[in-house]
Amino acid sequence: MTEAATPPPSLESDPESYAPSVAKRLAFYQRAGGIVTPFLTAVFAFLMGGIVVAATGHNPVNVYKAVFEGAGLNWFFHFGNYHIDLPFTNHQVWFWWNTSTNTTAAYNLTQTLLTTTPLILTGLAVAFAFRCGLFNIGGQGQYLMGAIVGVYVGSRFVDMAHIPHVLLAIALASLAGAAWGAIAGFLKAAVGAHEVITTIMLNWIAYWAGSYLFYRNGPLQNHQDVSIPISDDIAKGAHLSPIWGNPALQALHSGIFIAIGALIAFYIILNRTTLGYEVRAVGYNPEAARYGGISVGRNFVIAMGISGLFAGLAGAIDILGWQFRLGVLDVQVSNVGFIGIAVALLGRNTAVGVGLAALLFGALLTGTSTRSLDPNIFPPQLAGNLALMIQALVLLFVGADLLIIYIWQARKKVRLPRGGAKAAEEPA
Amino acid sequence: MDDAPAVLELRGITKQFPGVLANDHIDFDLRRGEVHALLGENGAGKSTLMSILYGLYTADSGQILMDGKPVTIASPKHAIELGIGMVHQHFMLIPVMTVTENIVLGQEPTRDGVLLDYDAAAKRVRDLSESFGLAVNPSARIQEITVGQQQRVEILKALYRGAEILILDEPTAVLTPQEAGELFEIINSLKEQGKSIVFISHKLNEVLEIADRISVLRRGKLIETIPREGATEAGLARSMVGREVLLRVEKKPAQPGDRLLQVEDLVVRDDRGLEAVRGVTFEVRTGEIVGLAGVDGNGQSELIDALTGLRRPASGRIVIAGHDLSHATAREALDAGMGHIPEDRHRRGLVLDFNLAENLVLHDYGREPFSYLGWVNPRRWLRWARGLLSEFDVRGGGPTTRGGSLSGGNQQKVVIAREVSRDPSVLIAAQPTRGLDVGAIEFVHRRLVEQRDAGKAVLLVSLELEEIVSLSDRILVLYEGRIVAEFPPDVSEEELGFAMVGGRRSEAA
Repeated sequence: MTEAATPPPSLESDPESYAPSVAKRLAFYQRAGGIVTPFLTAVFAFLMGGIVVAATGHNPVNVYKAVFEGAGLNWFFHFGNYHIDLPFTNHQVWFWWNTSTNTTAAYNLTQTLLTTTPLILTGLAVAFAFRCGLFNIGGQGQYLMGAIVGVYVGSRFVDMAHIPHVLLAIALASLAGAAWGAIAGFLKAAVGAHEVITTIMLNWIAYWAGSYLFYRNGPLQNHQDVSIPISDDIAKGAHLSPIWGNPALQALHSGIFIAIGALIAFYIILNRTTLGYEVRAVGYNPEAARYGGISVGRNFVIAMGISGLFAGLAGAIDILGWQFRLGVLDVQVSNVGFIGIAVALLGRNTAVGVGLAALLFGALLTGTSTRSLDPNIFPPQLAGNLALMIQALVLLFVGADLLIIYIWQARKKVRLPRGGAKAAEEPA
Repeated sequence: MDDAPAVLELRGITKQFPGVLANDHIDFDLRRGEVHALLGENGAGKSTLMSILYGLYTADSGQILMDGKPVTIASPKHAIELGIGMVHQHFMLIPVMTVTENIVLGQEPTRDGVLLDYDAAAKRVRDLSESFGLAVNPSARIQEITVGQQQRVEILKALYRGAEILILDEPTAVLTPQEAGELFEIINSLKEQGKSIVFISHKLNEVLEIADRISVLRRGKLIETIPREGATEAGLARSMVGREVLLRVEKKPAQPGDRLLQVEDLVVRDDRGLEAVRGVTFEVRTGEIVGLAGVDGNGQSELIDALTGLRRPASGRIVIAGHDLSHATAREALDAGMGHIPEDRHRRGLVLDFNLAENLVLHDYGREPFSYLGWVNPRRWLRWARGLLSEFDVRGGGPTTRGGSLSGGNQQKVVIAREVSRDPSVLIAAQPTRGLDVGAIEFVHRRLVEQRDAGKAVLLVSLELEEIVSLSDRILVLYEGRIVAEFPPDVSEEELGFAMVGGRRSEAA
């Protein structure tokens, strides 16, 4: 059919195989930026944070070292001959690191991982919507709905067996988060209401709903002591099993496996299912998706629903894993959902990126907390602000992604020696 | 003319990109007051050569002479200082600012050294536009004026900066035929006033109409430089593509069969709620190509959207082979055998961030064997894509290449490969050759005729009269949302053009 028409393509003669088209170049920079810019972003944010630390009269190197140790990351540098229990057996095997949480480093590390767990999930909640072209600001509200339903289910049905009870609480809490997210998706699909506006409004509804439910004489307020604005404790059977550390001192719970599983699920849904294909098509080009026979509105609802599911899951496992109850104060000061925005942006909405970014923020939050940071090195009240500042700087720099790419290119152009344009031309 | 001095001369320009010579010892000269056309397929090296002239790239070897003196052009700013102006295919204008503000941007006349002297600026813009016949309102905002007028603003911008040499990069690609005609008048008036113009194009008829001399590039080499006198479309096409090109589509007489697509009294509203299609009735039979001619904006887009399920008609009926698709979704239209080559391959035809394999399954990702129970089969996609890409001779990448990194012609081949491979019963081709070069146009036309001969009903919607006339078996003319005329394929372009501007409306109403 076509054989007579065109000469066979050969590598040398095919201009497209070399042509440094604008699109090709941009694609390259974006791919390179996929690793380089988030890294630079984090480095810049920490550098500027360091300048502020120096301005307060403290040594930034010492402070960052203290934050690093406060996050327990120094634990990895102490090797030795230790043993670790094999699960479900009485056997022990040799292990590189000392897992005893009697050391400060190990304890701090469990707290870092504990903080990282919900951040992974709220990060995914933002990232999944992003892949569908939606900016989900509502992770916080979806997280709260998950937490509220989680604490309700966990504190009722006290006679249920451990595993069914945990599964029921997690399932219903996730569905509550999913429903909360899907509302915004539905409003967008049905009447075109912008998801940024609606998710912010839904955040406030969740905030005041939680405040009302657990406030004094609220419908879900504590039955034992009616003077405290807090929920009932969840049943022992609904606790997630501790996997590392002393349960009395907030041990790391098995929820971290759920979070890691969610990272894998995120990747698989996006890349291995028709649903993920549709979501990505809508995210890249809704008009082309519509032309391809994909219902854009349906995908808005589904993507926001799945986003909400991740956030609701985060709320559930925080309750079942270490909080065990939910107070008005918890509802009002929690900002896990918002940090998820920074996690997703820094992680570039990919599974691996979100995992690493969540770990970074988890470590930062734990390392600067009053519990972990040595007050002789840096006053804790300043440290909390340092964490917020670095977080804000990350957001700022991520927003400036294109600017960084632009500066990168401009720098090459400026350094271009006359007649030696070649180096800059290489599409690499 | 031949005695006119060369204001610009490029000697032995060579530019090597990794892997390939983009420009291979190219000689090119431009005389005062001439239009020199640079003709070549996409990727032939035209843009590279002009980028070197405009200071965007530096040549590996070769010389640039202006008025006989060698110069080095280090940057676009430098090029402008030397009197070289470039009008890019995609305009670089600020939509919210006025024509005057855009033109003087960066070189504003000032009062007391600080304040913008808007009146002086507006006056200079007016003087310039009058002396070159570039009618444009200096105080209009860019977003309010037509594309043709925006292009004039770009030309004025270059003239305002003192350009003696103007490089026009595919200037007619974005214009309607009328606007193109106006542009040619402007070019002639610029020429009369001593400006020299490089006219980059891959459209043969244009080049023959406007150029004094024509240089043809192919795969980085200069093939020939010839005067317009004696040049023919066929000869230029051969130089450009390197083989004989069929400019006229070869096809057998149509053998129309059953009515496949029937449209009855269709009314479609546009985004503003106004009736864009006002009661259209027609049919397309198997084995025929029906051409829908018309000036852009007479309801073509809305009609196509309605036929393909992308826009709900206000009233009327659409029937394909007995299935009523009047209220069908895009998915239902696809399943009923509708194929659609969309008019804008970037907005609709492709997801530019998807790779080619993903783009090729855009309609059928949810079907076996491309997926099973919601799980996709990427390996199958790749295999399918490899087959289609070689069958449709898509160059510039494999199944995992990003859609956005292909050239326009190859992107269009991907779209056509996808639509044709689905074996649709009705194929709607909207502007299927927009922005393509002759080789690719020939390919697309041959594919459409092939579809016709395979017994499909083909509806061709195009703004190019030549394309409509050479491909169609019947021609309908759409004017202000109504079909105002029907012609056999041997109609003259004049008669057709007359109908397109409403000339025979009384007969059809």
